[in-house]
Amino acid sequence: MLDFIARRLVAIIPVLTVVAIFVFLMLRLTPGDPAAIIAGDNATSDQIDEIRRALGLDEPIWTQFIIWIGNVLQGNFGESFFFKKTVAELIAQRVEPTLALAVCTLIIAVVTAVPLGVLAAYRHGSLLDRFVMGFSVLGFSVPVFVIGYVLIYIFAIELGWLPVQGYIRIGVNFWGFLERMVLPSVTLAVIYVALIARITRASVLEVLNEDYIRTARAKGLTNRVVLMRHALRNAAVPILTVIGIGIALLISGAVVTESVYGLPGLGRLTVEAVLSRDFPTIQAVILLFSVVYVLINLVIDISYTLFDPRIRY
Amino acid sequence: MKQVMRRTLAAMAAGAILAAAGPALAQGKVLRYVKNGNLTILDPIWTTAYVTRDHGYMVYDTLFAMDENNAVKPQMVDKYTVSADKMLWTFTLRDGLAWHDGKPVTAEDCVASLKRWGKRDTMAQKLMDFVKDFKAVDAKTFTMELKEPYGLVLDSLGKPSSNVPFMMPKDVAETDPFKQISSRVGSGPFIYDDAASKPGERHVYVKNTKYKPRAEPPSGLAGGKVVKVDRVEVIEMPDTQQQVNALIVGEIDMLEQIPHDLIPILKKDKGVKLVDWNPLGHVFVIRFNHKVKPFDNAKIRQAALYAMRQEDYLKATIGDPAYYKVCSASFICGTPNAVDAPDGILIKPNLERAKALLKEAGYDGTPIVLMQSTTLPALTNMAPVTKALLEQAGFKVDMQSMDWQTLVTRRTKKEPADKGGWNVFHTYSVSADALNPISNAYYAANGDKAWFGWPDDPTMEKLRDQYAKETDPGKAKALAAAIQARALETAQFGWLGQWYGPGATRADISGWLKAPVPVMWNIEKK
Repeated sequence: MLDFIARRLVAIIPVLTVVAIFVFLMLRLTPGDPAAIIAGDNATSDQIDEIRRALGLDEPIWTQFIIWIGNVLQGNFGESFFFKKTVAELIAQRVEPTLALAVCTLIIAVVTAVPLGVLAAYRHGSLLDRFVMGFSVLGFSVPVFVIGYVLIYIFAIELGWLPVQGYIRIGVNFWGFLERMVLPSVTLAVIYVALIARITRASVLEVLNEDYIRTARAKGLTNRVVLMRHALRNAAVPILTVIGIGIALLISGAVVTESVYGLPGLGRLTVEAVLSRDFPTIQAVILLFSVVYVLINLVIDISYTLFDPRIRY
Repeated sequence: MKQVMRRTLAAMAAGAILAAAGPALAQGKVLRYVKNGNLTILDPIWTTAYVTRDHGYMVYDTLFAMDENNAVKPQMVDKYTVSADKMLWTFTLRDGLAWHDGKPVTAEDCVASLKRWGKRDTMAQKLMDFVKDFKAVDAKTFTMELKEPYGLVLDSLGKPSSNVPFMMPKDVAETDPFKQISSRVGSGPFIYDDAASKPGERHVYVKNTKYKPRAEPPSGLAGGKVVKVDRVEVIEMPDTQQQVNALIVGEIDMLEQIPHDLIPILKKDKGVKLVDWNPLGHVFVIRFNHKVKPFDNAKIRQAALYAMRQEDYLKATIGDPAYYKVCSASFICGTPNAVDAPDGILIKPNLERAKALLKEAGYDGTPIVLMQSTTLPALTNMAPVTKALLEQAGFKVDMQSMDWQTLVTRRTKKEPADKGGWNVFHTYSVSADALNPISNAYYAANGDKAWFGWPDDPTMEKLRDQYAKETDPGKAKALAAAIQARALETAQFGWLGQWYGPGATRADISGWLKAPVPVMWNIEKK
């Protein structure tokens, strides 16, 4: 197992190298000049050239790459072109809202979707099953921002139970934090509930037809024990995979939810950085997301062994 | 025992409530404000971005400022004199001016600040062409010696919009003008709270309790800057619908500018009021690339202008006539230099004339590359209107859609349109930037040094120089009219109408001053 983990960790290096080169080149080859954006609308061409020189963007691409990669290897991701702060500092400020949103969303999604999926499989063909399947289709089909606006209209504007937007750090005011996480997490959880419930239903349904389930029932075990101990445990691998992908997507992809609810997270930082062509920030954020993807996949692979003893590394 | 327990619990609950209320009580009156854009750069001399300019007005002070009648009045300056030959200007700072760190504002600080500003701002560069020398006479007095008389000394020093000549401490102002400053120390009515501010989330300004406002009542950007709240939190909220929702439920107090399609929602809400804080508004502009075919030919540019009608643009972008004005004067209707353009140009299209000009110029049907910005709501509908109007006149138009950031990059390219360059695009500016031919960047016609499109017209530059040197207001106005006529003769650029974007506040907010810049002093929260 340790050997497996070590090999997987070493494999991160070529992945990150490819990502670093790809992102660097893509940014330089796509249209958009940070100097022109920084200078503002009233600047002249000469002023933009001066800013370009000051940022080192007049150097050849390879020189820029060597300088950047050299700094990255020393743990220095550079300074944002815009914020006059180090990229590491910016990311550190934005991690908490994104992590909080990801954790709350996952808790809501897993706690809701797994039982729903199991019940839908158990009551295959029933009204409940049709409801779960119908909800899944709806969850996939309705855009996140529509769900967000509808929830805001009902719970924040009409009923006044929850705030419209904003974020309070967990250490500043825990109840304020929770109050502001409810609507974004529920909004974002809808699609994950749909996905996880559907996968859970399909996996459990497949397992329920196995001989060992029949044997368990023949032994006189209760439905709850059959479902939870035998069916769900054996159906866990695909469910875990979906949850794992969900975590990775949540950390990098909650852009719309963060924008609608005004959460100052990594998703918004990425969009702001892309729109303003803040190269150092985009490069660092993409590298961070790559590391997160690789590590989460590793954790998921390891967790398979907990549910399926046949899997060994 | 039960009573003791109950008392203890009651005391604990009261303590908890007080503890929770503690920070709010300590903060006093907090004004929560959402601006029309994210603040990323905190150096108002380094960028011309309006959001940074507004930050500047919070933290820094200016020597002069424009009042609500567009007249320039002393601000940090107590008194000033000009010699009989108009070559030597002497400025004396008023008493009690101090930086946020407690040190006094000196004449040397002001000289250093003006020099840094003079290297970045286009109007300042023009002024510096005439300046022979600055000299700090004593701690509170400095002089500006000119090479020859210059008519726009006060207009330059009292320039309301980007780049504004904000005063900074000498050591800060000596920063390379092409590098951002890292100090936040100013002498303005607010102090930027670096520790509490988080870019992308909120920027916090606290009242500068040591600031000494002028005695006069506030007027526009001039007069006494009396701060009536303890703290301003500028909250960054990217979603415009959410900005409106947050204002309706009272999570924020003020919204700088409302998208026109959301105005009806706020008009219905009794807890909210709309504020037309910027009576001068904004002006739409069409900009031609004079360097590449076919708009290197003045007749073809003229043909394009003859095809245009301001109202078509204003209806397509703003919609409600209450928020736009058709105005053929490039220097903004209702201001001293305003003069109507002849022949109904830009107001009433003359397609026959446009077609005749195209024929005369030998337009060969080469498609015009029209850049359309799709990310700035006010501009998105401009390009489709231009495409339709130009096609009616006989142009072929290749409208290319892109985000604003790509557009501002591409507009720097001087290559032919089919090799990555461009022919025409739209933009807008605050009207305060367009009041005279020097501050109005679209009028510069000095080739590569001019604004994008790079018009090269020595006659226009000569006229602008004459305007800059003219110290008689009557003669200056006549020159402004001649400059506008020249711009139409060469079809240097087009002005496509004025529009207004109101802000909104909760009903308990008052005192938002009418000015070209949204300022936070004088605002009261009940």
